[in-house]
Amino acid sequence: MVKSFLRQSPLAHLHLEARPLMAEALPAAGISISECAHTTQIAVRGQSSDPAFAQAVTTALGIALPTDACTASGAPERVHMLWMGPDEWLVVGPAKTDDRIGDKLEQALNKLHCAVVDVSESRTVVQICGANARSVLDKGCSIDLHPTVFSPGRVVNTVLARSHITLHQTAIDAKSGFPSYDIYVHRSFAEYLWSWLEDASREYGLQMNP
Amino acid sequence: MAQKNRLTEGGRIDRSKPVNFTFNGHPLQGYAGDTLASALLANGIRVVARSFKYHRPRGIMAAGVEEANALVQLETGDRTLANQQATRIELYEGLSATSINCWPGPNFDLMAINSWFHRLMPAGFYYKTFMWPVAGWKFYEHFIRRAAGLGISPREADPDQYDQMNVHCDVLIVGGGPAGLAAALAAGRSGARVILADEQAQLGGQLLNERCEINGKPALDWVTTAETELADYPDVTILRRTTTFGYYDHNFAGLLETRTAKLTDGGEHTRQRLWHVRAKRVVLATGALERPLIFSDNDRPGVMLANAARSYLTRYGVKVGSRVVVFTNNDDAYRTAIALFEGGVKIACIIDTRSAPDGELPTAALALGIELVDNSTVTGVTGGRGIKSIEVMSLNANADGVTGVPRMIDCDVVASSGGWNPVIHLHSHSGGKAKFDEARGLFIAGETLQASVCIGAANGEFQLDGCLKQGFQAGKKAASLAGLKKSSRRKLPVAETIDETPARILWALPTTKPIGERGKHFLDLQHDVTVADVQLAARDGYKTDEHTKRYTTLGMATDQGKTGNIPGMAVLAQALGVENPGDVGTTTFRPPYTPVTLGAFAGRNVGVLTDPVRMTPMHHWHELSGCTWEDVGQWKRPWYYPQTGETMQDAVNRECLAARNAVAILDASTLGKIDIQGPDAAEFLNRIYTNAWSKLAVGKCRYGLMLREDGMIFDDGVTTRIGENHFLMTTTTGNAATVLGWLEEWLQTEWPDLKVYCNSVTEAWATLSLCGPRARDLLTEFTDDIDLSAEAFPFMALREGTVGGIAARIFRISFTGESSFEVNVPASYGLALWTQLMNAGEKYGITPYGTETMHVLRAEKGYIIVGQETDGTVMPQDLGMDWILSKTKDFLGRRSFARNDSMRADRKQLVGLLPLDKQTVLEEGGQIVAENSTARPLPMIGHVTSSYFSANLERPFALALVTDGRSRMGEQVYIPMKDRNIPAEITSPVFFDPEGERLNG
Repeated sequence: MVKSFLRQSPLAHLHLEARPLMAEALPAAGISISECAHTTQIAVRGQSSDPAFAQAVTTALGIALPTDACTASGAPERVHMLWMGPDEWLVVGPAKTDDRIGDKLEQALNKLHCAVVDVSESRTVVQICGANARSVLDKGCSIDLHPTVFSPGRVVNTVLARSHITLHQTAIDAKSGFPSYDIYVHRSFAEYLWSWLEDASREYGLQMNP
Repeated sequence: MAQKNRLTEGGRIDRSKPVNFTFNGHPLQGYAGDTLASALLANGIRVVARSFKYHRPRGIMAAGVEEANALVQLETGDRTLANQQATRIELYEGLSATSINCWPGPNFDLMAINSWFHRLMPAGFYYKTFMWPVAGWKFYEHFIRRAAGLGISPREADPDQYDQMNVHCDVLIVGGGPAGLAAALAAGRSGARVILADEQAQLGGQLLNERCEINGKPALDWVTTAETELADYPDVTILRRTTTFGYYDHNFAGLLETRTAKLTDGGEHTRQRLWHVRAKRVVLATGALERPLIFSDNDRPGVMLANAARSYLTRYGVKVGSRVVVFTNNDDAYRTAIALFEGGVKIACIIDTRSAPDGELPTAALALGIELVDNSTVTGVTGGRGIKSIEVMSLNANADGVTGVPRMIDCDVVASSGGWNPVIHLHSHSGGKAKFDEARGLFIAGETLQASVCIGAANGEFQLDGCLKQGFQAGKKAASLAGLKKSSRRKLPVAETIDETPARILWALPTTKPIGERGKHFLDLQHDVTVADVQLAARDGYKTDEHTKRYTTLGMATDQGKTGNIPGMAVLAQALGVENPGDVGTTTFRPPYTPVTLGAFAGRNVGVLTDPVRMTPMHHWHELSGCTWEDVGQWKRPWYYPQTGETMQDAVNRECLAARNAVAILDASTLGKIDIQGPDAAEFLNRIYTNAWSKLAVGKCRYGLMLREDGMIFDDGVTTRIGENHFLMTTTTGNAATVLGWLEEWLQTEWPDLKVYCNSVTEAWATLSLCGPRARDLLTEFTDDIDLSAEAFPFMALREGTVGGIAARIFRISFTGESSFEVNVPASYGLALWTQLMNAGEKYGITPYGTETMHVLRAEKGYIIVGQETDGTVMPQDLGMDWILSKTKDFLGRRSFARNDSMRADRKQLVGLLPLDKQTVLEEGGQIVAENSTARPLPMIGHVTSSYFSANLERPFALALVTDGRSRMGEQVYIPMKDRNIPAEITSPVFFDPEGERLNG
């Protein structure tokens, strides 16, 4: 039998969790980074113009369907929903919690014309924050990430370096003003993107978050 | 060696910090704050280079970006930089530079012999001479490139790194002189996001060269205050050493930042950074460049721009000579005369083409006791490697000739000024037009296509006070247009305005003989283009600036004619008898404004980051197993897994035999997978695929073929009905994204009425494909909830259950012709399951196989690969796949079957080929002929599409597309190679298990 602990995220082989030990050497690291593996990710397709659809989503998840382009609903540390397109959303649940998001959605939506597809395995999430997080992203992404334009709760499907990503700004630190981002990357591109981020962060100092 | 031309005080250099460097091997010293050019001049170095074509000795002619002569090779080895302008190289400790374009050195250059034969090398010389015979160019080119080349590119890899940055702003301001700084202050105060970029290490622009005042204090004090204020604004970015090299549509600009003072070595940083700036408004405060006067032998070392002489004195504390003649047609050059005089430089005289100039500046110069020779021109220069004296004569009434008695004046520098050209290069890059200002004889920016404005000297405003006013106004307006209305009530700075009297524009200045017969009037110093060359072009029939430019190479050097173009166009206008140079036009400036290292464009997309390597969940297992890789798009797929001592053929043979006789495993995770849901999903597939889908039972799989509208094969794959309204489509690896785009395009644009949603799930699943007679035995050990028997789980069916305790989908589909189980598990379990299957499969002889074996096995069965048997011109009928074309429904591509070309009888058809000698593996792509002849050419009747050695057949075999192939069964054809014709027999394309019994096994 395959043991559940043998489950591997796309970056697991890099043993990033062992690296925070090095953080003490980098007290002034401008970039702090981690892989948030094995989150639940459900692709939802449907008609936002259909009130029944929006209502059913809310009933199932307890959060509103984000209908404005490039926005998110829900709290980043709990179940939240990213706008991916006019008829497309990504429902995200934290790792190791409610695995039944997909079932709930399917039940709530089963009479409607829609699609609910579990794509948890398709992407991993790289979390990046720190004083220079925006500069690192600016090196490979042509979207305007200035706080007046791209603030917490903004989501965009774009390209970082040479990889497609979904970028979600999850927070801005009230004290320091430093932003935090979730970068969703397809698993086959994860190692490339990681290498790129490590390279781009070098000048600012990079530390791993456990 | 003492810096003999250095003043003891003054200038913006730091005399407490000497900097050692070498030039052509000679050790020299300058100071922190010097450029290579100012340090060379301080050391009395006159000849720094040889010219491109005639190899004439050349000296430093400018102090900035317009330098056309003083190009050097900077450093040697892997960090060497070719053709660097000495005027733009900040001096650093240990700098080593050499002259280019001369051998053995700039003072004695063997190629200077070209100069004696200049009459044999007129404009268009290469076009006229080396075009015959046509084949000769290859021979001539070698010598021409050697003789005419510039610097040398490094042969080693660049040890430095480059990177890129993407930024957005409200206002991009190009140029940090008075106008640009004022604009930055105004925009910054209104709260705008501002980027201020200047090519120099210090802000101030022309103020660095002048001794003028703002608000009654030294102008640079104001610059410092402005910098301090700007540094306080969090949304103002100042980029120094940053050239805006290109300005494109939609206010997109390219900036190149050199990140360290030491140009050749980035040290801990990336050496240079390319900024992609997207601005709401652009303010071009790019200043102006002085243009030289065009007189006979105006290229001699010691002839330089008047402003350059001023800059070397004021900024670098360097005397450019010991006896200087200022030669001008305007008032501004008098500033140079006054500055030099007051700096202790002897001014031999001022020569003015005008009569009795009486402006404020000339009056001030005369008051100092400087001699003025008016209504005159320089008619000759004595001294090859440095000016000894000049000859001066009065202009005649029409100013097209000279009159009177020549006067010789001893001097070592001629500081010449023909007026100023606004730098409208960036304006022009972005589609803006140039407008000729007849009164002042200069081009200014006309209509722009962008949200931009030219201000200050770039807009023809040469008064400091005017520059400041335009700057504040433009900065405020740009911010306001970008939506920032916050106003500031601060007092604007003021500067003195000095009235200047009009210039007298004469372009080419006469000598005692017609132009070209006495000395050379150089227009383009870097490409050695003279007035005579442009006049010849006009006589040869060239009527426009664009053609003349290409014929004479005027303005086509790396400096892009920053000093020569405008006089050149004016000379062309005169030669053509066109009164107004504006009617001939100026050529369109193109990016880059100054050269950009290719490394900066590559950025970090080099080495391992060149392109993403897409990895399957089992990638690192393959890597450790020592497989060789095949690139399939961005994916790496195992090609074959050689064991110690095995050749590729050995490995492939072993893998092929294992697949047919034991059990073999393939990582098929890269295949595209698309989840298709909705009440109209089956109907959608009916339209997309050539065959029918409505009646496919849930839990069953079917092979499908997709065509483009032209009826040609586009993609293929197996699609499975997971539920009544739910299908899982697979695509070829390379086409996964294209097929999804194709499906979305039809759904969104043509069939929005269909209720179907498509989602890519390619990356969600790890696909482990087991095949061979022992595959079932192995898999049985891993599942207790799926009956794997042939009766319970037939070919082309799906079962869901667990494999090794992991939720899995198993498809009984096969691309090898063997009984196969394609196991799909969540991607993050792929590696674990693979490893366990390998361990448990050892007793059955489990063998991992790569794409090569997959190709051989499928070819033995005559299965096609899209992109190998098809090339965009192949229809299903050509492959004998009529069976998959539904006759009862419509589908994409069907109508194209009725085209004449589709119905030709002589289309190429898929056949098998068996080389008669049973030895030779035919070359893929080899052409096929019917006739065994050595004659060439022979009519070609087809080509080999796939060819392998088969361990199972114990012989080589091939697939081919042959004209009317199916009616040629048994015929002998030939594949001509360089040395022989290889005979082969046409056969059926199915070589192995034609009945397909093993699939069901």
